[in-house]
Order: sequence, then C-alpha cells, then structure tokens
Amino acid sequence: MRMSKVVRTAADILFPFVLIFGFYIVVHGHLTPGGGFQGGAVIATAIVLLIAAYGYDAIARRITKDALRNTEALGLIAFIATALVALALGAGFFYNWLAGTGLLFGMPVGFGPNPGDLNTGGTIPLMNLAVGIEVLGALSLIVLYMLSGTQEAA
Amino acid sequence: MIGDFVIQHAPALLIAVPMLAAFATPLVGRLGGAARNAWVLAAMAATSVIGVMLAYDVYTTGTLIYTFGAAAPDAAVPMDSGGIPVRIIFTVDAMSAFMVIITAISGFAVLLYSMASESRASGRDGFYALYLLLIVGILGMVCTGDLFNFFVFLEIASLAGAALVAFRIDKGVAVEAGLKYAVISTIGGLFILFAIALLYGQYDALNIAVIASRMQFTVLDEIALVLLLSALAMKAGAVPMHFWTPDAYSMAPSSITALLVVASQASLYGVFRVVFTLYSVTLDYAVIGWIVIVLGVLSMFVGVTMALVQKDVKRLMAYHAVSQTGYMLLGLGVGLAVLGQPAALESFGLVAMEGGIFHIINHAMYKGLLFLTAGAIIYRTGARSLDKLGGLGHSMKWTMVFFIIGALAIAGVPPFNGFASKLLIYESVFLFNPILSIIAMVVSILTLASFVKVFHAIFMGPRQPEYAEVEEAPVPMLIGMGVLAAVVIAFGFAPQLVVDAIVAPAAAALANQGSYIAAVLGGV
Amino acid sequence: MYFDLPFIAAAVIATIGIITMLFRRNLVKMIMGLSLVESSVNLFLVSLGYRTGAIAPIFTNAPSVRMAMPTVQAMTLTNIVIGIATTALLLSLAMVIYRKYGTVNADDVRKLRG
Repeated sequence: MRMSKVVRTAADILFPFVLIFGFYIVVHGHLTPGGGFQGGAVIATAIVLLIAAYGYDAIARRITKDALRNTEALGLIAFIATALVALALGAGFFYNWLAGTGLLFGMPVGFGPNPGDLNTGGTIPLMNLAVGIEVLGALSLIVLYMLSGTQEAA
Repeated sequence: MIGDFVIQHAPALLIAVPMLAAFATPLVGRLGGAARNAWVLAAMAATSVIGVMLAYDVYTTGTLIYTFGAAAPDAAVPMDSGGIPVRIIFTVDAMSAFMVIITAISGFAVLLYSMASESRASGRDGFYALYLLLIVGILGMVCTGDLFNFFVFLEIASLAGAALVAFRIDKGVAVEAGLKYAVISTIGGLFILFAIALLYGQYDALNIAVIASRMQFTVLDEIALVLLLSALAMKAGAVPMHFWTPDAYSMAPSSITALLVVASQASLYGVFRVVFTLYSVTLDYAVIGWIVIVLGVLSMFVGVTMALVQKDVKRLMAYHAVSQTGYMLLGLGVGLAVLGQPAALESFGLVAMEGGIFHIINHAMYKGLLFLTAGAIIYRTGARSLDKLGGLGHSMKWTMVFFIIGALAIAGVPPFNGFASKLLIYESVFLFNPILSIIAMVVSILTLASFVKVFHAIFMGPRQPEYAEVEEAPVPMLIGMGVLAAVVIAFGFAPQLVVDAIVAPAAAALANQGSYIAAVLGGV
Repeated sequence: MYFDLPFIAAAVIATIGIITMLFRRNLVKMIMGLSLVESSVNLFLVSLGYRTGAIAPIFTNAPSVRMAMPTVQAMTLTNIVIGIATTALLLSLAMVIYRKYGTVNADDVRKLRG
C-alpha cells in the first residue's frame, strides 16, 4: 500500500509543518480562531497523511493504538483535573483560577481590542492543550480502527 | 469538613467523579481486571453517595443552584452581566433530586450485577468507561438548568448508550439494534437543537429559567414545543415513536438494558421539564395535557398488546416498558390538564402527578429487576425464547423469587410498589375521567396475564434435560438483583412514607414554575 | 430578503438530508443524509448570530469593539464535535454490519422483527 517516492518525500517534508501548524492553532486558541479541537484535528491529519503515503501496516507498527488510547485518556484527565483544581481553591468547578494572577498564562489584560499576548487566558490555554492532546489521540484512533476494519475485510 | 465540601460542590462532583473515573478506566485497566473492577465500583459508589447527599440537601433546604466557572457557585447572576445568568447553571430542584436518587440506586445495583454478568466477555475496559459515561449523561440531563447543556448531556447518554447496545456484536444483530438506536437518538438530538436555536433566536438565552420568564408563546415557540416533545417522547419510548425500544432493549447486554430504562426516564423527565417548567403558564393546559394523556394511553395499550404475542423474554419485557411509560405520561398528563384550575389541581391533579412520578422510581426498580433476572436466565442457559426455556424453578430458586417480586410489582399487585403508585393513578384519574382509569386497570390485568404466562414458561414444569447443568446465578448478580428487590418491597410496604418524603416535593416542584425561576434569577 | 438567504439555505439542506434518509436504502448514504441535516442545523445556528455591522468576536488587534455574540458559534462548534463523534460511531456500526451481513442495504438488514 506504499505510494510512489514523490508522495512519500512530499509527506516527509510536509509532516513537521502540519504538526507545527496544528500546535500553533492549539496554543493560540484563546487569541485567534481555533483551539484544542481544531488543532488536534489538524495534528491527526498529519498522521493520516503518513498513513496515506506509507500505508496502514507501516504506520500502525510505529503508532500503536495503545499509545493513542493513553494519549486520549491523558488529555481527558488533564482537562478534568484543571477544572478540579478550582474546587480545591474553594471556587466553583471550571473557575478560571489562573487568569490575572501573573503566573503561567496569567497576565492581566484590559477589556477591548489588544495586541494579543500569548501569556493570557488563565486556564483556557491549558484546557486547549488538554483538548488538543485528547482530540489528536481520539481522531487518530478512529482512523486507525476504521482502517484496521477494512484491512480485515479485504 | 469533607461532608461540607461535598455538599457545597455536589452538583459538580456528581458529574466530575464518574467522568474522571470513566476517562481513567482504560489506564487503570492495564493493572488488571480486579483493579479495574474495584476502581469502577469505587467510582460508582462515590457517585451514588454524592447523589444521595445532594438529594437529601435539596429535600431539606430547597432548590440548589450551581454555577460553573464562577468564583462562588451560588452566584447565578454575575454583577456585571445586567441581570442575565451567562454561565452554565445546574438547577437541582426536588424533581431533579428525585431522578438523581433513581440513577444512584439503579446505577450501583446494575454495576454490581454487571461485574458477574460481563465476567466472561472481552473489552471490559471500554465497557465500563462507557457505562460511567452513560451515568454522566443521565445525571447531567436531570440536573442541568441550561437547555444547550441538556442537549450535550443527552448526546453523551445517547452515544454511550448506542455503543453499549452494540457492544456484544452477537452476529451483527446487536449492531443493527445499536445503529437503529444511534440514528433515532441523533435525529432526536437534532430536533432538540433546532428547537433550542428557535428559542435562543427569540429570547437570547439558554437558561431554562430565563427563557421561561420571557416566554411569549409565539408561533415559533409552538414549533419548538412540538419538536422538543416529539424528540423527547421518542427517546422515552412513547408509542407512536416506540419502534426502537424492543430492538435496543432486547439486544443490549441485560445490565445495560436496566440502565437504558433509567436513560429513557431521563428523557421522560425532559418532557415534563419542558411542559411544566419551560412553557408552563403560556400553555393551553387542557390541550397539551390531553396530548400527553393520549400519548400515555396509546403507549399503555399498544405496549401491552404487543407484549402478549412476544416469544423472546427480553423483547416481551421491552414492550412492557413501553406500556409502563404510558402510566407515567397519563399521571403527569392529568396533572398538566388541570394545572390551570386550582380546585381540581388540589383535589386530584397533584395526586395524579404524584402517582406518575412515584411510578417512575417504581418502574426503574422493578423493570430493572426484571431485566436483570432475564439476564441471569440468559447467562446461565444461553436461551431467550419462551418456547425453549422451562423448569428452571428447580435450579434457580433465588432468581425465581426475584422474578416473582418484579412481576407482581409490575402487574400492580399489593403489597408491592407498583400497586402503590398505580393506586394513586387509578384514584385520581378516575375523578378526572373514569374511562381512562378503567383502561389503566385493564392494561394492568393484561400485564399480569402476560407475566403469569412468562413465569409458567420459564420456571414451571419438569426439570428439562438440556438445562440439567444449570446452576443459580453468581453471587454479585444476586446482590445486584437483591438491592432492587429490597427497594421494591420497602416501597411497597411504606408507600406513604416515600410519597411524603420524596415524591410529593417533586410533584410540587414541577407544578410550581415560579419557584424554579426565582431560584435562578432571585426575588420575584 | 437578503438576510433570509442563510435560513432558506438551511431549510434546503435539511430537506435534501431528510429526503436522502427516507429514500436511500444504503446505510452509508442514510448516514450522509443525517450529516446533511446536522450541517443545516449548524448553518441555522450560525446565521442566528449574524448582526449587521458587527465583527467576529476576536479581540486580537480588533478594528472595533462592536462584536457579534459568540454563543451561537460556541454552540455550533460543540455540535460539530458531537457530530463527528456520532458520524464516527454510525459509520463504525455500518462497517460491522457490512462485515457480518455482507450488505449495507437497509432492506436486507432486517434480522430484528416484531
């Protein structure tokens, strides 16, 4: 199921850029359109690109379903854990406990248009990251499972 | 100390604990089956305890609200928002608390049962993760005070439910049922989302209390009402839209079927929440009330007549589930029809609602119990056709006892709980319209006849040679059934106590739209 | 009239989707019809949020502060995510059915009756 050398080389070159673009969408989710789900989906397409170029068997040996399943679970747990920390601090579930504190992603911003500092948003970028990890795992897992289903049938 | 913390954050923890546990289940599963089982049981037990604590708190101190993402959970309306609740708010009134109790009891009993019934199956990490997600969906649906949030939890419950129905592929038949259930759920979900969009477009709000306080009942609202009612009645398995129920209920693993009954009742709760709280004063009570009553009577009658001719034991019970849903719709429908007339409401309307609501918990208990006994029989014999089964009374004595308890309860024979709630419905509906009451009694008699037949076919008769090796069901399954049977008997012996403690406040909460709105928006 | 166009488009897409679900017997095509209905609901939601003269609610270097309320967009996004999960589930179920029955024609997938 390997494609021609042209396709494989193009996929090799594109792969890191797709990853970087996906990561950019994830971490800039609180500033520009995008966020965890969209970025995670872009990263998952990078894996699909590799599968398209090298075939299911070669990729499925490198990227195992178990690893993806762990990734997915990790992202989900990180998401809930971020929300649960707020409870430990005495506020409501999902309370944005980092915003405006000056810590990581905690720079205070005024209301209205601003140049868009990455170091703002409080827990929202953290949750975007968690969702990004989760979606990357889940979508790749869905693609792998569906492909493995067709492989058995063929 | 911990108790205070849990009570303060109970609505959030109720969702967070099972969700976190579900996500961690695949990881814990790597440590082995025993660790996973312990983890899932502990998570479910914690959820049940939190649920009961929350319900107790709501019954003693009144409606509880929980604002997600706020610095203080009870601040529904932020200072700078202009009097509009902008965040997702959980509004747990007595009716929600009532549904939480049902989910807590059933969820735990069914999980115990599934520990044994699924012990021979593969893929149990995913199974239990989906089980906990289904619990999350049900609890979220009954607790939330936000329409869009309701849709999201409905979809969580639908997806988890559909995946669980199809979990044991069973030559593809279970997948067929799962596909049917998933398609129906998705269509229903899209109907609901469309209705939510219509409401949001007019009232710029998603909070149920805010929309209710602004409701004008325009033509668009009527369209939204029709969409919401048809979609939720479909998910609850009321008759014109019941066709998925027998397939999904009969093909799902038995433990899941018992939980699907609870999930359907969460949709039923959605019907009542929409007509009583969301629309309430703007409705033409008599017309909508009669629509609900007609749906209920149709469900009762069609369900029981279809059940009489079934040969598959779980399919038969699924049709009875449709039939019993009719009683709840009938009771609440009568309450709705007289909601505008204080005298009639006082004399029989509230009693009818209490009967309908009491029937919800009774149904969840005895129907869950019956599905679990059917599951135990299938687990031990591998057969599900009434023609093949027979003579099991010799070997599965406890299962037989539990089956008798469940069957007498569903038929409304005293002193079991089904009798208590049906009596409330008969008495009050008789004052409203005698014919409806007589239909309800006839359906009860047909139900009894049907279950006498099933009992005779499965347990009576000589010991059959092909089932000579059959033993009693494993202990965890018996404990799971025993918990539900104990509740059935307890509710049957002290119905007045239960009605006064948890049912009457729930009925009053549904009938009083103003208090629901005031709990969120304050004052009035 | 011009502003009604998205609503009309949503209605047309929904109709196409419903017709597909009713008259196509191929399970995969029925799932496609379901996705179409879902897209129409998404389009309807997003159109609801349109306000004349308002910009998208992105504060980064925004030219003005007159912005559309992003609630419906958040709802649409949530529904897209739910839609992906639903479609993936439905398609996997259809795949299992194909493997077990050897067909995805809805008329032949009828072992459950009564």
